[in-house]
Amino acid sequence: MFDVQKPETAVDQTAIKIAARNVQVFYGNTQAIKDVDVDIQDKTVTSFIGPSGCGKSTFLRCLNRMNDTIDSCRVEGEILLDGQDIYAPRVDPVQLRARVGMVFQKPNPFPKSIYDNVAYGPRIHGMARTKDEIDEVVEKSLRRAALWDEVKDRLDTPGTGLSGGQQQRLCIARAVATRPEVLLMDEPCSALDPIATAQVEELIDELKQRFSVVIVTHSMQQAARVSQKTAFFHLGNLVEYGDTNTIFTNPQDHRTESYITGRIG
Amino acid sequence: MTLLAFVILLAAVVIGYVMNLRAARAIRDGGTRMHSLEGFHGGYAALMTLVPTFFLIIVWLLFQDTVITAIVKAGLPAGVLGGKGTGEVQLIMSEIRSIAGGRIFGTPEDWKLEAAEHLVALRELSGWLLVAVTAALASAMMYISRRTVAAEFRARQGVERILHGLMVSCAVVAIFVTIGIVASLLFETIRFFQMVPFWDFVLGTNWEPQIPIREDQVAAEGAFGMLPVFLGTLVIAFIAMFIATPIGLLSAVYLHEFASRRVRGVVKPVLEVLAGVPTVVYGFFAILVIAPAIRSFGDNFGLPIAPNTALAAGSVMGIMLIPFISSFADDALGAVPRSLRDGSLAVGATQAETISKVLFPAAIPGIVGGILLAVSRAIGETMIVVMAAGLIAKMTINPLDSVTTVTVQIVTLLIGDTAFDSPKTLAAFALGMVLFLMTLCINILALRIVRKYREIYD
Repeated sequence: MFDVQKPETAVDQTAIKIAARNVQVFYGNTQAIKDVDVDIQDKTVTSFIGPSGCGKSTFLRCLNRMNDTIDSCRVEGEILLDGQDIYAPRVDPVQLRARVGMVFQKPNPFPKSIYDNVAYGPRIHGMARTKDEIDEVVEKSLRRAALWDEVKDRLDTPGTGLSGGQQQRLCIARAVATRPEVLLMDEPCSALDPIATAQVEELIDELKQRFSVVIVTHSMQQAARVSQKTAFFHLGNLVEYGDTNTIFTNPQDHRTESYITGRIG
Repeated sequence: MTLLAFVILLAAVVIGYVMNLRAARAIRDGGTRMHSLEGFHGGYAALMTLVPTFFLIIVWLLFQDTVITAIVKAGLPAGVLGGKGTGEVQLIMSEIRSIAGGRIFGTPEDWKLEAAEHLVALRELSGWLLVAVTAALASAMMYISRRTVAAEFRARQGVERILHGLMVSCAVVAIFVTIGIVASLLFETIRFFQMVPFWDFVLGTNWEPQIPIREDQVAAEGAFGMLPVFLGTLVIAFIAMFIATPIGLLSAVYLHEFASRRVRGVVKPVLEVLAGVPTVVYGFFAILVIAPAIRSFGDNFGLPIAPNTALAAGSVMGIMLIPFISSFADDALGAVPRSLRDGSLAVGATQAETISKVLFPAAIPGIVGGILLAVSRAIGETMIVVMAAGLIAKMTINPLDSVTTVTVQIVTLLIGDTAFDSPKTLAAFALGMVLFLMTLCINILALRIVRKYREIYD
């Protein structure tokens, strides 16, 4: 575990970005998440690990209210972003999602040009009005997603024509273009080959300079490589949450230990 | 006789199946490992017997009359058909046929009675021959397939090959029927253009197909300029699409994106009922409700409006096309992957922005395909326009005037007693050809659009 570089002091000093208290999620009558309490720190990579169906993706989707699009889904409890409850009636989910961006498991670029894909968010939020402003946002976002050099000569070609890894980085560029404060990533590398995965992981490491990143992953190596904080979910419960180092070297709960040593999951 | 042939065929199929099944079972029970299950051996025998024999019977039935008639004609006494045209010869032959069928009118000549007897005898003979040939072929096929039963015989693949062949022949039948329809249309159209100059038809602005049948009859000279008719079709189709496209698309968007499951459960079936209304009923609706409404509306403004208007026919046709477009658009929206919708919502787009900027562009090929198919239907639709649009061909694009369409003119040209060699009748085929070419072009365009965008968006 010595290959994992973590500025632990920096983590301890950073502020809490998202605080979840007593969160319950129901799909119809089935409860998918039970009593989850978690503090996600700013400018930190937090990873959610756990076996399939343990609720980690569901919880992630609560953080930007993407669960609103599922009719039968109901969320209880409190999720505070900078101290404000994001489920309060006066919060507009549309505005919230501009602040809490999301990258999905399968790359999902729009059937538009690379340029339009990245400019999509800034345009609808009116963040950039003139052509020059949009150009600038697009370039900056693509650079941040480490994609600029590969696509700068073909910004008007369809985003769907890129390779899988490039598409995923394009989706990251699209998400960071709205200048979010938190970036949620739902297994962003599960559809990518090892090289593309390495590129995206490197990118995540850079993104944490500006954003708080929350990543759901099935790969414990990935969680160990990219994150400073790790939360282990099991059967809808948050079993253990702490520094990645501690979770992987000295887990407190026997279930966590069983999972990371490969006995359950 | 035909029934007997079919019974023999059926029996042969069953017996062949059972025989092969038994034989295969016997081999299996002898301890040999079979390549195919016994059922396949049985099925192989059944198909080997069924397919060729069935085709033989069908072909026999198709050509039997032609052959018998030819033989009877050849057997007629010399000279009775001398100097008669094809029409008269056909008349004589059908008279002979009806005598053979027992319907005798007046006192026919002796040679006709003889010919009829000849015909009856030939039919009898043909029937028995059919039975004999069927029995022979079926038992031959049964024997051949019985000989194949062996442990290593690949009956599975054999059955598959035969089924494959059947599918190919079904596809071929569909294609040949299409080619046949187009060819008959084409030949009649060529005959028409031998009587009426091509450019007079294509560029003529005057459509008055009434021509004198007898020398002394008072009638117009007959003018076959298709432009006013063509224009009428376009006006009505345009009005229909102008109504159907926005309503159909927006209702599809509403149903697909905004409606709750309960609303959707009610509205969708209602729309489907709309699609099931017979076009005649739409025609009623157009003349009894829409047209008077437009008239009284016009009266309020002192506008004299014809009882038959393009607007009435077009708008009712538009209503008819709403479910067509909305179901196409609904399917196209449903085919857009959920991930695109999620991606758009996740950057903070509203639902309307997601629909207009992401879902709609991705669904465009399906939607455009649906709209173009609806245009084809609007152009080809007959009943509503026959009832509501009018018969007089006018060179106008005024929707409040009465216009006529290609389909209406085809109907009126072919209704009643018509001679099949006058330009008036043949003009119907020329119009049909125009209609066919129009819808063909639109369908090709629709397919190309769908294909082109699918390549980019997938």
